[in-house]
Amino acid sequence: MANIIDDATIEYVGILAKLSLSEEEKEQAKKDMGSMLDYIDKLNELDTAGTEPMSHIFPVQNVFREDVVTNGDDSEKMLKNAPEEKDNMFVVPKTVE
Amino acid sequence: MSILDDTAVELSEKIKKGEIKVREAVEAVFAVIDQKEALLNCYVTLEKEKALKRAEEVQAGIDAGELTGPLAGVPFAIKDNLCTEGTLTTCSSKILENFVPTYSAEAVINLEKAGAVIIGKTNMDEFAMGSTTETSYYGVTRNPRNTDHVPGGSSGGSAAAVAAGECFAALGSDTGGSIRQPASYCGVVGMKPTYGTVSRYGLIAYGSSLDQIGPLTKDVRDLATVLETIASYDAKDSTSMKRDTDFTSALVEDVAGMRIGIPRDYFGEGLDPEVKQAVLSAAEVLKAKGAVVEEFDLSLVEYAIPTYYTIAAAEASSNLERFDGVKYGYRTKGVEDLHAMYKKTRSEGFGPEVKRRIMLGSFVLSSGYYDAYYLKALRVKALIKKAFDDAFSKYDMILGPVAPTTAPKLGESLSDPLKMYLGDIYTISVNLAGLPALSVPCGVDQKGLPIGVQLIGDCFQEKKLIRAAYTYECAVKGD
Repeated sequence: MANIIDDATIEYVGILAKLSLSEEEKEQAKKDMGSMLDYIDKLNELDTAGTEPMSHIFPVQNVFREDVVTNGDDSEKMLKNAPEEKDNMFVVPKTVE
Repeated sequence: MSILDDTAVELSEKIKKGEIKVREAVEAVFAVIDQKEALLNCYVTLEKEKALKRAEEVQAGIDAGELTGPLAGVPFAIKDNLCTEGTLTTCSSKILENFVPTYSAEAVINLEKAGAVIIGKTNMDEFAMGSTTETSYYGVTRNPRNTDHVPGGSSGGSAAAVAAGECFAALGSDTGGSIRQPASYCGVVGMKPTYGTVSRYGLIAYGSSLDQIGPLTKDVRDLATVLETIASYDAKDSTSMKRDTDFTSALVEDVAGMRIGIPRDYFGEGLDPEVKQAVLSAAEVLKAKGAVVEEFDLSLVEYAIPTYYTIAAAEASSNLERFDGVKYGYRTKGVEDLHAMYKKTRSEGFGPEVKRRIMLGSFVLSSGYYDAYYLKALRVKALIKKAFDDAFSKYDMILGPVAPTTAPKLGESLSDPLKMYLGDIYTISVNLAGLPALSVPCGVDQKGLPIGVQLIGDCFQEKKLIRAAYTYECAVKGD
């Protein structure tokens, strides 16, 4: 395997991905990511020096509109989906001491 | 002959003529569900009471002459990544086990305006990540043609429900083949339209630059009719396109002079000989009907999968950040710190395949690797698009297989993710290039498992594909 994913990289990616993996999952992730990256490295066979990255297939521009409210107040309905709510607000665990 | 043998359009005609009631059609579908669903597991959620109530409303609309369209009264299934107001929408994930949307996807609204009756939400690979419907948190779906085999994926529940008669037509979504491949495996018709044809508003995003909603149906007429109904320009989707949507006008039995290219690089190593033969026979049928068929080299085919998995994983890692246990869905218990709550919620809520792609996506977007992986993939995407542009300067469409094999057995695919990804080789580049493509049944293998032929068109050329598929279907029906 050409791409060796070390513990530090898996820790770092775990932070970016907001995932806490078990030791077993970490070992598996190292293996899986390594083999996927080996495979993705195949793209280096192609010379893309003169090619612009294509994010969108059509030459479309940013779409603008006036910032006006068109929907009603759905807060009550939306809050019904919240794991925890209070006084028309989402409740989350404490963030500051 | 049972009404269950009717296509969606035929059923609606009978309903409008007063030969049968909408309620009877819905009841007929639920009778099939009662009989088969315990084994097949096509649905995550069934809404029988709502459907029966809705059937009465639609019937009243038809009786009053307000609902006159070709899908009025037709029982539909919707993939569980399309939001449906008031009905559970899980994406087949634990993390959305209790999510009830407050609005419906635009495509669903368009169907309902046309008088469709939604009967339930179909099973899928979790967040549409998979090719077998085995990564669902809610159990596997079985292929109705042979229940030891997978239905394909990720829209496996939708394809299986249509094939089993558990609905008359269904919506799916296709990010790398997720409509066409299960359609092929289950012996139904399915299409991924040109990017921007169907609004993605209300579709729970996986790879936003690749995702497109499309129909899974019993035949080509139904396919064109459903696509015509769901396609619309929508200001709520900034990638939505203003374009022609009169797809049923292409239901014409004529391919004379149509130029069809067969890419040699789609028929090489790894393609099952029975699939190859069935697909090439389909080309012969079109040739006999007057199409000009020739072989060519598409090129870059082997680069599509690594390009796709880089881009799709990158977009997924970004799109799935919203699942954090705050606003909806699952939240872990007993964590007192906000960041720990995010992490634990996500780790418990997502399955292994979803985590794998979020990890890969986070990596390829991370500082130091962004240029080498993500931008490199976007550059190769431009080359792949160019290869298709060259092909469509010579041909009206490309004809090839949908998948290298027929449906694998349950349990055979997940052990080796890379091998599973390789099964997407013929479908994936279509999404990268934003092209329309459909799958239409073209035979069965020795085990009786269906084989589909894929027709790929240039952007906005759905009507050519529909015309060719319709001509093919008419020709083989006559046999």
